[in-house]
Amino acid sequence: MRFSPFINKPITVSQIMLRVLLALIPGIVLYVWHFGPAILVSITLASITALATEALMLKLRNRPIAPFLQDNSALLTGWLLALSIPPLAPWWLIVVGTAFCIAISKHLYGGLGNNMFNPAMIGFAVLIVSFPAQMTHWLTPHGLHQIELSFADQLEYMFFGILPAGVTLDAITMATPLDTLKTHLHLDEPMKQILDMPIYGRLAGQGSEMVAWGFLAGGLYLIAARIISWHIPVAYLGSLFITAGIFHLTDPAHYVTPLFHWFSGAAMIGAFFILTDPVSSPTTNKGRLIFAAGAGVLTYLIRAFGGFPDGTAFATLLMNICVPLIVVYTQPKVFGKKGARR
Amino acid sequence: MKQRYQFHGGVHPAANKTQSTQTPIARAALPSHLVIPFRQHAGEAAKPVVQAGEYVLKGQLIGAAVGSISSSIHAPTSGTISAIDSQTVVHPSGLPDLCATLIPDGKDEWIEHHAVDYRNLSQLELRQHLRRCGIVGLGGATFPSDIKLRALKSPPGKNTGILIINGAECEPYITCDDMLMRERADEIVRGTDMLRFALSAGEVLIGIEDNKPEAIAAMRRAVAESGLPFEVVAVPTIYPGGSAKHLIRVLTGLEVPSGKLPTDIGVQCFNVATTYSIHRALDHGEPLISRIVTVTGNVAQPQNFEVLIGTPILELVAQAGNKPDTNRHIIGGPMMGVQIPSDTVTLTKATNCIIASSPALFPPLPPTLPCIRCTRCAEVCPVELQPQDLYWYAKAKDFAKTQAFSLFDCIECGACSYVCPSHIPLVDYYRFAKSEVRARDAEKQAADKARIRHEFRELRIEREKQEKAEKLAAKEKAAMAAKQAAPAPAAPQTDPENTVQMKIQAAIEHAKEQAAAVKPKNTETLTPEQQADIAEIEARRARIRELASSHVEQPKEN
Repeated sequence: MRFSPFINKPITVSQIMLRVLLALIPGIVLYVWHFGPAILVSITLASITALATEALMLKLRNRPIAPFLQDNSALLTGWLLALSIPPLAPWWLIVVGTAFCIAISKHLYGGLGNNMFNPAMIGFAVLIVSFPAQMTHWLTPHGLHQIELSFADQLEYMFFGILPAGVTLDAITMATPLDTLKTHLHLDEPMKQILDMPIYGRLAGQGSEMVAWGFLAGGLYLIAARIISWHIPVAYLGSLFITAGIFHLTDPAHYVTPLFHWFSGAAMIGAFFILTDPVSSPTTNKGRLIFAAGAGVLTYLIRAFGGFPDGTAFATLLMNICVPLIVVYTQPKVFGKKGARR
Repeated sequence: MKQRYQFHGGVHPAANKTQSTQTPIARAALPSHLVIPFRQHAGEAAKPVVQAGEYVLKGQLIGAAVGSISSSIHAPTSGTISAIDSQTVVHPSGLPDLCATLIPDGKDEWIEHHAVDYRNLSQLELRQHLRRCGIVGLGGATFPSDIKLRALKSPPGKNTGILIINGAECEPYITCDDMLMRERADEIVRGTDMLRFALSAGEVLIGIEDNKPEAIAAMRRAVAESGLPFEVVAVPTIYPGGSAKHLIRVLTGLEVPSGKLPTDIGVQCFNVATTYSIHRALDHGEPLISRIVTVTGNVAQPQNFEVLIGTPILELVAQAGNKPDTNRHIIGGPMMGVQIPSDTVTLTKATNCIIASSPALFPPLPPTLPCIRCTRCAEVCPVELQPQDLYWYAKAKDFAKTQAFSLFDCIECGACSYVCPSHIPLVDYYRFAKSEVRARDAEKQAADKARIRHEFRELRIEREKQEKAEKLAAKEKAAMAAKQAAPAPAAPQTDPENTVQMKIQAAIEHAKEQAAAVKPKNTETLTPEQQADIAEIEARRARIRELASSHVEQPKEN
């Protein structure tokens, strides 16, 4: 005996996740273009680790393995983590981070659909707290330094920790544009002088601003394809822009432009790919606006006044905590109850 | 052009309607036998007024309406009632219900019936006539139509009530209303005029989804020819736009408050097929004994039939041409329909469509995954519920929470299940939660009743005691007053407390006497033999008691 409805819209979780993965491709292509192919290696490592950990955890939890491995959600978590950490890092960094994401922050909470926190951001938080040194060695964009590692050299460093003779890690990596800005502002250097440094491009960091454009394009596709709603990206970028704008207008010598914040760090990937994780974000549209606006303000505060160069990850996690409360207070009115108060 | 409004959500499943609109409505063949349930409407079942073996004419009353919400049941053709007993009926529970079995004699001979001059009937007489004719809502709810025919109050900001004729037919596959409007538009318009008269409605809107241009054209022509001030409005095709409350919203912008009826806001809504049968009942005096049914899906020639109520479903489907890979039959549409529980079930007044289903037509669902809270369900919910939260609480059996999340506002349209990427049978969870809540409510009500009864009994006993005491006190007071009034020199001064004390003393003495009285009386003059016997009996009793208690305790220890 089967019950109605007997028909279903042909859409699956697997397809939704796949489209999100596809939407990351423009950003990844630009990443490779500006920073070299090392990111592809860390994405591959993250994918393998994610699927292996997922399978292992499903087996330990006595859950069917095939349908869950095909849902693409573990892959997405792995990709997002890989895109959040420096690609030129020892291989175990991404492996440890991804395994933690899947095993601890996803499966120990009950698996797909039950994690309270964004798994990728938990992985990021664990890595930046546990391995701060490795997490600061960001690749320099092409054309910025004299020395550039070949792909083979990069692989050798990632898997065996060996750099070519005469090359130090500092010579081929750098701090992120956000980090650099913070350090130099601490040294009381004038804003204009800092932004004239070669690592800065038109809006924000050289190269990284282009990657942010890629994520923006992918994110707009997600909205157009109705995979995500506009509420979270608009509220997040909006509140980040407004907060940064207020500080910038008050004291332009110490606070960069809102656009710099948009195109730096994880703001774009966060707005469209991380905060929009349906499992750990609110289910009501009003709630989404509050959630993302809160994350935007927190991101700015952490960036401008906190101890970490970027704030998207911690802003996401902090707002994840508030989701159940936000959802309770933002319930929409039911049909036929519009006049009455809940 | 009439302004149209929108409601939240809705889905656009493939319509699949053209298959069954290629040929005109056909008259179904007279079936071998008919099984007519006495409960085909909301409310109380009709009471059988014929007996097994009795010969009945077409249109003869066989079940009379009883109670305030009920309707009548008639013989759909002439023949002999062969049995009145419990049979499996169309209901998801598969439980049997009282039915009459009729063997047609093939003559299809009508009982005497006449048109009624409804304009000269009183409101009550008109309603009674429709109740006698067994007219119920044919859109699916089968609510007795007579109850809906009371003069409408005016909606806010209007002078007169609004009558809405529902020709939306939003569910995929179903085309019975579409074909009826195409072929019998004039009759529907006449029925509409009768309803307008009975309701004293000022405005009449006929809502038809814009995927039925032929029906819209036919109805517009019929309205124009009648010269009546009705408006045929093409409404956007969206499921569940045919839900009465949603059609009212689209046509008037008014929202029927939760838990209220359309009449509360001065609107009344009738389905086109109901309107047609009201016309038959008034202009011809015919009771509701047949209806238009779509037979579609996995059949050779999908089409609409005019079918007698009580016709075996499978006999009807065979007339559209069976196909070998049919694995189930669904009554209603693919969104809200039910699978027939048995091959013997027959057509009722509520049956608007039969879909022969095959694994190719409605493939089994992929495995269910956990909810990822994507809220596609909330986006399509026409009642603006949060289906993902309702699901969560229903699954956790937190029924109080499901009610806080407006569980009972759910219309079970299935839009949420339809779009769920995890393929969770969401509506099943809501049906489960609703039935649990109803069962618990019934239980609670029964318990409350018992508690109230008990409390009342306690109260009554207490009150009686008090009354007795008061009476006694009053008596004593009176006696004392009399004593004091009378000169009693020698008698010692007795204060009331003393009197009470004495009374208690007397009562104790009396009780002691009584206790002594119930002692075995003939124990003094027993012989030693008799005493020994008694001792032995007592010992045996004690042993038995001991054995019994140890037997009871043993399983506990294990």
